[in-house]
Amino acid sequence: MTLVVDRDHGWELLRRMLRIRRFEEKCAELYSGGKIRGFLHLYIGEEAVAVGAIPCFSSEDAIVGTYREHGHALIRGTPMGPLMAELYGKANGCARGRGGSMHFFDAARRFYGGLAIVGGGLPVAVGLALADKMQQRRRVTACFFGDGAVAEGEFHESLNLAALWKLPVLFLCENNLYAMGTALGRHQSQTDIARKADAYAIPAEAVNGMDVLAVEAATREAVDFVRAGQGPYLLEYRTYRFRAHSMYDAELYRTKDEVARWKQRDPITLFQQQLRAEEFLTDADLDNMETAIAAEIAEAVSFAESGSWEPLEDLTKDLYTPAKPAG
Amino acid sequence: MGKITYREAVRAGLREALQSNPRVFLMGEDVGKYGGTYACSKGFLDEFGPERIRDTPLSESTFVGAGIGAALGGMRPIVEVMTVNFSLLALDQIVNNAATIRHMSGGQFSIPLVVRMATGAGRQVAAQHSHSLEGWYAHIPGITVLAPATVTDARGMLLAALQEPDPVFIFEHAYLYPLEGELDESALPVDLTQAAVRRAGTNISLITFGGSLWKALEAADQLFHEGISAEVVDLRILRPLDISTVLASVRKTHRAVVIDEGWRTGSFAAEVSAQIMEVAFYDLDGPVARICSVEVPIPYPKHLEDAALPQPEKIVQAVHSLMGR
Ligand SMILES: Cc1ncc(C[n+]2csc(CCOP(=O)(O)OP(=O)(O)O)c2C)c(N)n1
Ligand SMILES: [Mg+2]
Repeated sequence: MTLVVDRDHGWELLRRMLRIRRFEEKCAELYSGGKIRGFLHLYIGEEAVAVGAIPCFSSEDAIVGTYREHGHALIRGTPMGPLMAELYGKANGCARGRGGSMHFFDAARRFYGGLAIVGGGLPVAVGLALADKMQQRRRVTACFFGDGAVAEGEFHESLNLAALWKLPVLFLCENNLYAMGTALGRHQSQTDIARKADAYAIPAEAVNGMDVLAVEAATREAVDFVRAGQGPYLLEYRTYRFRAHSMYDAELYRTKDEVARWKQRDPITLFQQQLRAEEFLTDADLDNMETAIAAEIAEAVSFAESGSWEPLEDLTKDLYTPAKPAG
Repeated sequence: MGKITYREAVRAGLREALQSNPRVFLMGEDVGKYGGTYACSKGFLDEFGPERIRDTPLSESTFVGAGIGAALGGMRPIVEVMTVNFSLLALDQIVNNAATIRHMSGGQFSIPLVVRMATGAGRQVAAQHSHSLEGWYAHIPGITVLAPATVTDARGMLLAALQEPDPVFIFEHAYLYPLEGELDESALPVDLTQAAVRRAGTNISLITFGGSLWKALEAADQLFHEGISAEVVDLRILRPLDISTVLASVRKTHRAVVIDEGWRTGSFAAEVSAQIMEVAFYDLDGPVARICSVEVPIPYPKHLEDAALPQPEKIVQAVHSLMGR
C-alpha cells in the first residue's frame, strides 16, 4: 500500500492526533483528581475524524460541535491553555469557565460550541449557513453530531431544510456505533446512516473514520462541493469510542473483546505504522513529538492552575447584551 | 425496615409495578442494556425481557407520544425521559396531547401514563443539564406533577401514580439518587392528595419540595440551635397543590419562606406565595419570602453553581430578616 502523503504533512497529522490523545488522557487523570468535574466525554479513539476533517475548513468557515468536542476545538486552533482552564472552570477558560467540558466556545475561530443537547446543533448550523447564503458569503458550516442524533427529529428537519434551500452546510456524523449504551442496530432501523441523506436528496458518503487520510480526502471533496454552492452534503465517519461514554459508565452494553478488537484499529497506531513503513518516522522522531506535546500539556495545566475563579459578582454578567452608552 | 438509597427505592417501585401488572412496561433511553442512566432499571432487561424493557432511540417527542398512544391503547406505560432537560423536546406531546385529550374529547379517552425524569442542578453539569422545570409542568392543567423527596415517596408515589387514570409526571431530583433514607412501609400507599409536614415547628414555615427539602431541613436544624422553631412542609405534589396543609402551617407560624430550585420569576414558589397571601394574608406577620435560583443559566464551576442555587444559609438569612434578627 502506498501512502499518499508527504513527510511533513504526515508528521503534522500524527502530531495532531497525539495532541488530542495526550490532552484527553491528562483530562481523565485530572478528573480522578477532582480538578475537572461534571460530565467529561472523551474522544479517545476518534481522533482521526477531527484531525482529518477540521483543517479542511478555512478560518472563515464555522464549526458547530457537540459535548464531545475537545479534539475539535484543539484542532480548530484554540490554544490548549484556555481549553484546560475551561475544563477547570477558571475565568481564563475559553468560555470564562462557565461551560466546562461540554461547552467550548471560541468566537475568533468561529467555533460555536460545545452544544450538549443531542441534535440541538443541527438547526443552528442550518441557520449559520442560511446567514452566509443570504449575505452571499462563500463560507461553509461544519456540523458535527453523533449517530445517536440521527434519531432526533431535528436531524431530519435540518437535512430537509438545508437541501430545500440549498444551504452551504456540511453534515458530519461521527458514527461511533453507540448512543451512550445503545448500539446503532438497537436504535436505527436503517443502520447505513449515509443512506438517510438520500431521502432528502443530499449526496452522502461513508468514510473509514479510523483512517486519517481517508477522512481528510473525503472531507476536502465534500467541502469543495458545498463551497461551490451545490447545497449540503453529508459524511458519515465510521469510528469508535475507546473509553466510557462519559466518566460515569459501567460499560455493561459492550464486551471487552469488542473494544479490544477496535483498539487494534487505533488510528494513531495505524498511522504511525504507515509512516514508519515509508521511513518517515523513527523512534527518536516520536520521542521528540511526545516530549513537545507533554510540555504543551504541562503548560496548559499550569495556565489552568494559575487562573482565577470568576468573581461571584459576575454570576449574572453576560446574560443580556449590555445597553450601549447613550450619545 | 432498613436504609436504602433513593435509587434503590425507585428501582423497587418499578420492579413491583412490572411484577404485579403485565400491562406495565418501561421505555426510554438506555433503560435496558445500560441499566438506566441512574441505574434505576439495572438488571431489568434480563429479568423482564426486551418486550417490556424497551431501549428507545434518542427521540424524546416520539417515545413520549408513543407512551400516550400505548396508554390510549390499553397498556400501562412508564416512560423514562433521561432528564428534564431533554423533556423539552417532548413538550408538544405533553402539553398538546397528554394534557388535553381527555378534556378535549369530552371525557371519552383517558391516558393512564406515567412519565419519570431526573431534574435539578448541583452536580456541575452546566447550563444545558441543570434545569429545574417542574414548576413549568405544574402550570399545565390535565396532568399530575409529583416531586418525591424521600425514599418512601420515591417508591410509593410511583406505585400510587400507576393507580391514577390520567397522566402523571414524576420529577426525581438527580442529587437524591445516591442518598440513603429509611423506607417507611407504614406510609404506603402514598396518598397523592396530601403534602407532608417533615418537621413540626412554631415560629416559621419553610415550604418546599424535591431536592430542596433537604436544604430546608438543614436550615431548620441551624435555626433550632438559635432558638427558632421552623416547620418544614414538603409539598410533594405540585399539581394538584395541597394548599390546605400549607395554610394550616402558616396559620400556626404566621411566617413563611418558600424554597424552590426553579428560577424566581414565574416560579412555583410564586404560586405558593400568591395562594398564601390570597387566603391567609391576615394570619401573616410579614410578607412571604422566596428563595429560588438566581436567574441565570446554571454555570459549571462549583462556586458559581452554589451561588446560583438555594442553599441552607440563604434560607437561614431569609428567616432572620423575616424575624427581624
Ligand atoms: C436530547 C438529548 N437526549 C439525551 C441526551 C443524553 N445523552 C447525551 S449524549 C447521549 C448519546 C448520544 O450519542 P451520539 O449522538 O451517538 O454521540 P456520542 O456520545 O456517541 O458521541 C445521550 C443519550 C442529551 N444530551 N440530549
Ligand atoms: Mg455515538
